[in-house]
Amino acid sequence: MNMPPLLRDIEFAVDLSFVNAKGWILDLLSHIVPDWVVVFASIVISGVAILVLGPVIMMYLTLLERKLIGRIQNRYGPNRVGIWGLLQPIADGIKMFTKEDIVPVYADKVIHCLAPIVIVIPALMVFLVVPFGERMTAVNLNIGLLYFIAVSSITTIPIFMGSWGSRNKYSLLGGMRTAAQMISYEVPMTLSVVPVIMMSQSLSTNKIVLSQSGSYDMNWFIFTPWGIVGFIIFFLCAVAECNRPPFDLPEAESEIIAGFHTEYSGMKFALFYMAEYMNAFTLCGIAATLFLGGWQGPFLPSWIWFLGKTFVLICVMIWFRGTFPRFRVDQLMGFAWKFLLPLTLINILVAGLCHFISEKTGWIYSFIIFSISFWVLVRLNRPWMPEKRHYPLAN
Amino acid sequence: MIIPLAHILIFSLLLFATGLYGVLVRRNIIGILISIELMLNAANINLIAFSKSTSLSPETGQIFAIFVLAIAATTAAVGLAIVLALYRVRKTVYTDEVHLLKW
Amino acid sequence: MDMLSLIIKFGIYGTMALALIAAIAVVTLRNLFHSALCLAAVLIATAMIYAAFHADFLAAAQILLYVGAVMTLIIFAIMLTEQLGSKTIRQTNRQNLAALAGLLVFVVILGRVIFKTPWPVTEKALASKVTVMELGKAFMGPYVFPFEVISIILIAALLGAVVIAKKDR
Repeated sequence: MNMPPLLRDIEFAVDLSFVNAKGWILDLLSHIVPDWVVVFASIVISGVAILVLGPVIMMYLTLLERKLIGRIQNRYGPNRVGIWGLLQPIADGIKMFTKEDIVPVYADKVIHCLAPIVIVIPALMVFLVVPFGERMTAVNLNIGLLYFIAVSSITTIPIFMGSWGSRNKYSLLGGMRTAAQMISYEVPMTLSVVPVIMMSQSLSTNKIVLSQSGSYDMNWFIFTPWGIVGFIIFFLCAVAECNRPPFDLPEAESEIIAGFHTEYSGMKFALFYMAEYMNAFTLCGIAATLFLGGWQGPFLPSWIWFLGKTFVLICVMIWFRGTFPRFRVDQLMGFAWKFLLPLTLINILVAGLCHFISEKTGWIYSFIIFSISFWVLVRLNRPWMPEKRHYPLAN
Repeated sequence: MIIPLAHILIFSLLLFATGLYGVLVRRNIIGILISIELMLNAANINLIAFSKSTSLSPETGQIFAIFVLAIAATTAAVGLAIVLALYRVRKTVYTDEVHLLKW
Repeated sequence: MDMLSLIIKFGIYGTMALALIAAIAVVTLRNLFHSALCLAAVLIATAMIYAAFHADFLAAAQILLYVGAVMTLIIFAIMLTEQLGSKTIRQTNRQNLAALAGLLVFVVILGRVIFKTPWPVTEKALASKVTVMELGKAFMGPYVFPFEVISIILIAALLGAVVIAKKDR
């Protein structure tokens, strides 16, 4: 990039301001305490940053969601507490804290109380590998992507605990639906990531981002034929993984009264809610990392790029919620197994093809392949139509 | 290695023995399957420990462990399918109540 | 840095102790759902031990496959076959004392063998760290035949499971 040197220096300083701040604190510490304390301090600083970031993100995501949904439904959304309702999340927090904590009589008490605590742990652990900016990954694991997929797959178990521990038929139904849904959508999600791993030749989230640099730092994977298909599949699976509409069958309010958190109230419910929003954030962040170039982008500091992309994706999720009706159970499973799964397999083949031929012919070939396979899949998946029922009018 | 090899082997031996106890003693078929997973896990720990300490090429142990993982997944899938089929027909999941070859 | 390795060492021993306690809970708890959750704890602890031995790919695979998939299957089966009266049904058979005695002999003999054997520990293997790329190359190179066989077994088992669990029409 051709920029005046002063501007570039400023950008560089702003870009690395958090990294430099951490380095400065550690430098200061290293004069007074032994080495191993500094190592721990480094871990503690990153950990505290994540522990603060997670809940704050969750609080303001709820506000953003309510505001946006309000606008979509032609109303204002929360605007009474603070200017533009900015203090609304804090008011919600106080409300949650002061609510009565109800445990059902026949509940499996230990498991019932453990579930909301356990569900937050993977949601926070996932933050470790999200690259928030240049050199801003908390732990640069060389299997970062696999770690992300593995840890986020633990989420099913606390949901089971919550649904089984409450001893409620609606909770149990919600738990069953969750199991089916999360297992099914994990398969196309993992497979849609495979082309990215093939092209960047690494599982580390940092290296995946670095391999998407190029002219103007805009050589993102979404600008390739396999990237755009992979991104759409990954994003749909991400929406399903964090149980958001239109895939919110596990907690469908109007069908099974909020599923696995029917029996939870007060702070325990808030913890479930928190885990859900943090999962939504990390999944959008990872989608941005894998396909939208992560923190790569011209001119602006890296972390602004990352947060911007992530929030655009989150807004798309909220938009989905505002516009789409809920799936039916059989439609949901059929969509994952009969449509997304074959499409991801074809996508892997196309990625291999695109690697070996020139870009232009790659686009043409992959367009042909995708349109044919899309058409075939749609034809094969002809929706099951219920038999027409006639109700003769009584005289 | 940070801790001596023998300690890891003893750990995995104890884990294996616990799993074996579960297999011998449990009446519920799902309980037996769970204990079998425990035993497979103990075997995996051994494979990893050996791959880290003996002179074979270092990835061998890990590859064997991955094979064991795959086999464990198939065991669980087929075993649980059998349990569900059994429960549908006999309404029981206890081993000693299933004593007919055909029904 | 000496302190750091000491802490890691104690961490590994602590994880092992935790895994053993959870494993004993797996086989002794009456409630199957609880013992399945304890199994999840054992599996996660084992994954941590793998990570301590630099087998991080295997640790992630363990969590993904076992905790994410197999545990979900097991809990699903427990939920489907759970009976309300199961609290009063005996969960163990009458062999538990005999089994305990036999296992004690087994553990003592194998333990003696483990402590008496001079395990060949080579420095080269200790220093080695297997990367994911090496693992992949090994899978596609010398181990390609077992790899294919495993994938056939997986497909066969999947189909078999579907056929067995399907309702008869």
